[in-house]
Amino acid sequence: MGLKAILGASALALGVSMLGLTIPAQASDKHVAITQIVEHPALDACRNGVQDGLAAAGFKVGENLKWSYESAQGNPATAAQVAKKFAGEAPDVIVAISTPSAQTVAASARHIPLVFTAVTDPLGAKLVKNLDKPGKLITGITDLSPINKHVELVQQIVPGVKRLGVIYNPGETNSVTLVSMLHTEAKAHGLTVVEAAATKSGDVLAAARSLVGKADAIYIPLDNTVVSALEAVIKVAEQNDLPLISGDTDSVGRGSIAAVGFNYYDVGLQTGKMVARVLNGEKPGDIAVESVQKLELYLNPAAAERMGVKLSDELIASAKEIVK
Amino acid sequence: MSLIAFLGAIETGLLFGLVAFGVFISFRVLDFPDLTVDGSFPLGAAVSASMIVAGYDPWTSTLLAIIAGGAAGLVTALLNIKLKILHLLASILTMIALYSINLRIMGKPNVALLGDDTLLTPLEAVGLPYYWIAPLAFVLVVVVVAILLILFLKSETGLAMRATGANPRMARAQGVSTTMMILLGMAVSNAMVALAGSLFAQSQGSADVTMGVGVIVVGLASVIGGEAVMSTRTILLAVIACVVGSIFYRLAIAFALNADFIGLKAQDLNLVTAVLVALAIVMPQIKSNLKAKKRLS
Repeated sequence: MGLKAILGASALALGVSMLGLTIPAQASDKHVAITQIVEHPALDACRNGVQDGLAAAGFKVGENLKWSYESAQGNPATAAQVAKKFAGEAPDVIVAISTPSAQTVAASARHIPLVFTAVTDPLGAKLVKNLDKPGKLITGITDLSPINKHVELVQQIVPGVKRLGVIYNPGETNSVTLVSMLHTEAKAHGLTVVEAAATKSGDVLAAARSLVGKADAIYIPLDNTVVSALEAVIKVAEQNDLPLISGDTDSVGRGSIAAVGFNYYDVGLQTGKMVARVLNGEKPGDIAVESVQKLELYLNPAAAERMGVKLSDELIASAKEIVK
Repeated sequence: MSLIAFLGAIETGLLFGLVAFGVFISFRVLDFPDLTVDGSFPLGAAVSASMIVAGYDPWTSTLLAIIAGGAAGLVTALLNIKLKILHLLASILTMIALYSINLRIMGKPNVALLGDDTLLTPLEAVGLPYYWIAPLAFVLVVVVVAILLILFLKSETGLAMRATGANPRMARAQGVSTTMMILLGMAVSNAMVALAGSLFAQSQGSADVTMGVGVIVVGLASVIGGEAVMSTRTILLAVIACVVGSIFYRLAIAFALNADFIGLKAQDLNLVTAVLVALAIVMPQIKSNLKAKKRLS
């Protein structure tokens, strides 16, 4: 037997094993397949959360749950192939992390229940037509900023607030969406919104000053332009006793009073619980799309003092992190 | 590998066959290393997706996507010819500029097409399972484009274009306007890539600004892979080799996705794909070497 025969035989063996079936799982085992567009700390944390959330609901990988995971390694065409691979394997549920992964699954694996997660705008991405009653086989978790919680936080910190100033860049799509949501939420809570636009970070100081006398507190959404020039806003807020509340937890360390946010592991945990509901027989179309429930409060009491407010003990007790 | 995964690989392979045609024209026929495709692929997707969402019919949208791709190719060619920027750099400039332009066209990073009417919608009424529709439709598209491409490359203009790539001085001496040929070739090349992008968006349900990442790499791998596994002596064979190479590359990915049973994990995907493609290209050589040795002994 020559080299050629060995080569031929091994090629044949490789081919057969690849074409052949994967190791068969027990018939009663549930199968969850998870697809992710790229390896990324937040998305990886989310995936680990899904696995732990499922385990908490009684579906343990290796015991009674078959778990397939593929990353497209950043390539959308590969994401499409991953979706088709899963479509062929027909798992009980496909979990898609990120918008593009969810869209390819929705297009390519139409007969399999899909739970998406870490998708900011499921309506805009056309994954579902209705958040409360999605219909069909798709539901999931959206990681949109919890604007209503932000407004409530402002009211807790500044009880007499009537006019809420907001600084943002009208050129950032995300901010435009967030500010339009802020208008709705503020109205529901009896507040009026005063807008100040800054199209570049050099304009942020002037925008902040324009709010002096027109607003009782300042709120900053997750806006890249404004956040990059946050110190200018802090300066104006401290000089004029205008309490500053931010939409992202990182800004608290830099000197805003407070923020509520979430981490992606908790997003995954919540997703895992939703997947478990589908595995237990609920129809995805009957499960409302959820926003992130476990929110963490970050506080900076020293900054509060500098901006003329005192944080209640109750609020401080509920905080996840107190910045010294 | 399941039937759906297999058909999925064929479907994506056919689409990237169109990209391979484009890369074949720029790299092989014109000898013009062109990276514009990383921008013109999402450009095609962006134009058609935005138009479909705005209510235009899919045919007009796809046609405009093709034209937009052609225009992108022209820009690269003009940067090179008129402004004397090195071809590689010219194409990189167009590519990075297209990222911003694609964002402008879509108005946001992702335009969803799920549930909208696309070129594939009328076919869904036929009653075939959905995973058959796209591959069958794309076979048709690829065959039509391939025939047009072969006819073009065999025409007088096509011959002039091949001469431009093979020996520009000689071509000019024969009265060929090499600048015209480069302009035309780059436009045709990127128009085909934009068509691929447009069809990809329509079959995958969305256009995304990051869609272009690595398209040129896949296109090149398809062209070179095709040349390695089959003869490309004639234009007909060379064009077929592009599609063969592209499908082949997608099958390698599909195999790699199914390689988890030997302890390989998701993060090994790209490595496994590379090894499989390398093996497939080297195999025929080993075979012929062995044959030659046998004859000697």
